[in-house]
Amino acid sequence: MKTTRAFNGISLPRVDMSDLTGKLIVIEGTDGVGRTSQIKELKEWLEVNGHAVMVTGLARSPLIGSVIKQAKDGHSLNVNTFSLLYLADFADCLEHEIIPALKAGYIVLADRYMYTAFARSIVRGADEEWIRKCYGFALAPEAVFYLKIRIKELVPRVVNSENLAEGYWIRNTDEVMDYWESGMDMKLGEDFYGSFVAYQKKIIAQFDIMAKEFGFRTIDASKDFKSVQQKLKEEISLVLGDVN
Amino acid sequence: MGRNFEVEHNFPGKLIIVEGIDGSGKSTQLRLLHGWLKSLNHRVFFTEWNSSALVNDAIKRGKKKNLLTPTTFSILHATDFADRLAHLIIPPLKAGSIVLADRYVYTAFSRDVVRGVNREWVRDLYGFAVKPNLSLYFKVPIDVSLKRILAGRIKLKFYEAGMDLEMNEDPKESFRLFQSQILEEYEKIAAEYKLKVIDAEEPIKKQQERIRGLVTLMLKDYRPEPML
Repeated sequence: MKTTRAFNGISLPRVDMSDLTGKLIVIEGTDGVGRTSQIKELKEWLEVNGHAVMVTGLARSPLIGSVIKQAKDGHSLNVNTFSLLYLADFADCLEHEIIPALKAGYIVLADRYMYTAFARSIVRGADEEWIRKCYGFALAPEAVFYLKIRIKELVPRVVNSENLAEGYWIRNTDEVMDYWESGMDMKLGEDFYGSFVAYQKKIIAQFDIMAKEFGFRTIDASKDFKSVQQKLKEEISLVLGDVN
Repeated sequence: MGRNFEVEHNFPGKLIIVEGIDGSGKSTQLRLLHGWLKSLNHRVFFTEWNSSALVNDAIKRGKKKNLLTPTTFSILHATDFADRLAHLIIPPLKAGSIVLADRYVYTAFSRDVVRGVNREWVRDLYGFAVKPNLSLYFKVPIDVSLKRILAGRIKLKFYEAGMDLEMNEDPKESFRLFQSQILEEYEKIAAEYKLKVIDAEEPIKKQQERIRGLVTLMLKDYRPEPML
């Protein structure tokens, strides 16, 4: 099966979409749920099985990296600007990384995709219909695995002594996570902890809604690392149809 | 959200925008209008397309390295516009001022569609834009605009000349082809959004008189009271 459908049927100009022989597999889930370490192991496993694998993520494009940094440094962003910055990054990544890799027959493991962007924009007040239309050119993934966790299981994982100590001593801040990832720009709580909890509750609620809307394959991420990994491998084997 | 720019806004201020291809004389006319409105003691705020500090660096860097695709080009300009709308256009509109914009979303609709971007998608992208109270479209034949542009300039820039579209290797010829296609799009947009068409071949003074007439009419219900 080929991954050739755009999410909402909007085609990208000057991009040849034929022969996308690779497969796009998305791992979604809120911050601190363990996506990145799971993906690292999945990549090794897939490569052992003979697949070429490329890992991609959000907010990595050289095009807008400095803009995002500048914005974090003080220029206040309204929700539309925020949403469009992430959209530019996403488009750049899609055109320059994901599509070329799929053409070359790679399995692309996406550490987050447009769904994270939807959640982040919507909790900041963006119009749901608008943001979905903006991403109308996005490729529909072969499968989306949603690492689902409840807030009371997430909080102790993220706010642990190691993270706090690293943030305090090395980054000279008590923010254990990225400024926007922790929703600090929204000032939802009195301190970092309050903001993080309030923000993550909202983000998780959005993911739960989208899980139904987009047919995510939900994986219980409150289990230990190995069980989650095992489950992911089983499910991905089914999607690919050729991995043991 | 539907498309905001298709629905009247509720701000006390007024938004006047000008559109047209390069060399249509729209900036000159807007400057004359600006001076006139100030002489009438109106509070006037002027803003241009593509001038915000936020995205300028990214656009410049992308242009220099030719990294921009039609899609990222389009999105970065929309990002820039969203930032200017929030910081430079909506606040004075709320404060009850008259905002003059040299180019508006229609510039993106025409340029981006010529670059191959989906017509509906780019309109949705700008769905948050405020509807102008008066939109003036400066209509000029391509040869007149070319003569005006090329008279004052030695070299055309890469994206400005539409060189990224690879229509012609000669920048001048590429520019002519690019501007002709933009002109075609503008014609469709002018009809679609009922922009007021100004004959940009008329003498400058005559055009300005017509514009002042349209502005006077539009300002009939204008009460410069800030939103509180």
